Amino acid sequence: MRFSGTSTYITSPELRDIVNVAIDLQKPLLMKGEPGTGKTRLAEAIAEDLGLELLVWNIKSTTKARDGLYVYDTVARLNDARFGDGDVRNIRAYIKHGPLGRAFASDKRMIVLIDEIDKADLEFPNDLLHELDRMSFLVDETGETITARERPIVIITSNNEKELPDAFLRRCVFHFIDFPTPDFMRDIVHVHHPDVEKALLDEVLTRFFWIRDLPELRKRPSTSELVDWIAALRRAGISAERITAELPFRGVLLKRETDVELVKRAASRPRRPGF
Amino acid sequence: MFVDFLYHLRGHGIRVTPTEWLALMEALARGHARASLGVFYHLARAMVVKRESLFDTYDRAFAEFFEGVDRQFDLTDELLSWLSDPQLPRELTEAEREQIPHMDLETLYEQFEKRLAEQKERHDGGRHWVGTGGVSPFGNGGSNPQGIRVGGSGGGRTAVKVAGDRRYRNLRSDIVLDTRQMGSALRRLRRLSSDDQAHELDLEKTIDQSARNGGEIEIVMGPPRRNRLRVLLLMDVGGSMDPHAALCEKLFSAAHASTHFKAFKHYYFHNCPYERLYSDMSQLKGRPTAEVLKEVDERWCVILVGDAYMHPYELTQRGGIINYGARNEETGLQWLQRLRQRCPASVWLNPESERVWGAPTIKTVRTVFPMFPLTLDGLTEAVDTLRGAKPNIATKEQPVDPMAAFRSL
Repeated sequence: MRFSGTSTYITSPELRDIVNVAIDLQKPLLMKGEPGTGKTRLAEAIAEDLGLELLVWNIKSTTKARDGLYVYDTVARLNDARFGDGDVRNIRAYIKHGPLGRAFASDKRMIVLIDEIDKADLEFPNDLLHELDRMSFLVDETGETITARERPIVIITSNNEKELPDAFLRRCVFHFIDFPTPDFMRDIVHVHHPDVEKALLDEVLTRFFWIRDLPELRKRPSTSELVDWIAALRRAGISAERITAELPFRGVLLKRETDVELVKRAASRPRRPGF
Repeated sequence: MFVDFLYHLRGHGIRVTPTEWLALMEALARGHARASLGVFYHLARAMVVKRESLFDTYDRAFAEFFEGVDRQFDLTDELLSWLSDPQLPRELTEAEREQIPHMDLETLYEQFEKRLAEQKERHDGGRHWVGTGGVSPFGNGGSNPQGIRVGGSGGGRTAVKVAGDRRYRNLRSDIVLDTRQMGSALRRLRRLSSDDQAHELDLEKTIDQSARNGGEIEIVMGPPRRNRLRVLLLMDVGGSMDPHAALCEKLFSAAHASTHFKAFKHYYFHNCPYERLYSDMSQLKGRPTAEVLKEVDERWCVILVGDAYMHPYELTQRGGIINYGARNEETGLQWLQRLRQRCPASVWLNPESERVWGAPTIKTVRTVFPMFPLTLDGLTEAVDTLRGAKPNIATKEQPVDPMAAFRSL
């Protein structure tokens, strides 16, 4: 089982290697990187390439570790008990598996994406250690242990809002997605805009990386914002020359007022060409 | 050689654990490095370095350790094509391992060039010729622990050169990058109340109990999970702070944007807080400090930001305040001590480099507040200290040990 990238998602050779190591050693793969560098898309690409089902577990600040394994629907059971519906004595009917739980219980190998793990409480990753190590969990209410027959491929993303505990990090394979180099960015843009004119792309990339390199910038625009920007420019039929002069639709790239001001000021300063 | 690399990394401050090391060894044994230093660079990093803030340290350690190992050679295309199709390495017995020639780098290169000149055909699994999967020191995919990699990896750039680029310097945690990282550090302050009083309805347990009771509602109470963090941020906007204005502004916006504080107040001061604290940077609108102190108590965390760099008068003399037209009846130091007594959980962040912390006023301030550099590491340490600080501890003018909170953790 080897991951080799897909036509709509471009990966660096390093990332492909790391994905394959994580799959082979059956360890969770922790992905970090600037927002918009495709951390979440990676799991979809792996699923597509390997033909496996993807289960997404979106983490929120209130998510508890157990939610990913199973949820015991006490409300339904209470209602049933009050109104005499269903078989209240059968606890199993009220246990619903979460994404990890479903992957463990399945006969087929699955991919589980634990998206934005840093959104959860500090203890959340530690609460998952045992389950990720053993790939099994105990359902307290029934006393049943569910063990994975096919260990799922676990991809975890983090936006660095919180530090993750060491014990958790030790168990993961870690990859930090570098922000794409201008050349690599060119390839990425071509996936989204296959027929973009070279002159336009050159100009757009120059300006884009120039903006990103402004030291005072609060929020640096990401790949997805670049792709949107190009879409906007092309739809409006704006020529390459006008991009440098006017920076049209800059609101697509810059989301903060202070940044818009900053770019305006920086653009009016004399500068070296191509910088 | 590989165990040496482990200790080399640990020596550079990358705390690789045995489990991580074994996982890396397993990955190597399964051929994931493809006998290429370039692939090995990324592989080892993924397996043993789990924070991007350590990537730069890793790069330096890697470049230092492997310097000179992957010198490039001129190779015939044919030789390269045999090598790019590697055969799996065979397991070595102890006896075989003994026989593998060990030699220093110079001898190795010498022999390699000699053998390259002699070699005429493909070799796999042998112990002499350049080939794949063997124990000869030359080639790739082999088990000779010294050896020179020949081919087997793509790209003209060598791993040592890539590592030598130090592309991750900006991710080091001992420099401060952006508001987001600061916000992340501040978020660690979040501490759910461990108030033992059970006075909040535990809905889930209530439903569960009621279900067990056959529908008779039974209320279950539990301790509340509520964040009770209160933060008071005091920032120096004195002249000597101007070079650090951008940095301080970032910290301010990070703190201000933190939604997990139950309460957040911020004031400005000039060099040292005295009778008045200011709510604007130009220090026109202000409030008596005593009034502010009344509003806070030991549940508040106080973060002071300043270079603590001033004339000693400003700290120790009555009337030492720097502003014209103002006169302080009590010394700046007294105000600082009062603040610390009111809020034991307080820290001082200093944007100046630690090298100048020997300055007299900085030293004096440090007897009152634990001081940390205004870097990501410093902020994290400060936050840990705040978390560890126990309310209601008398902090009367005892020398403050900034590391004390760590030891107790």
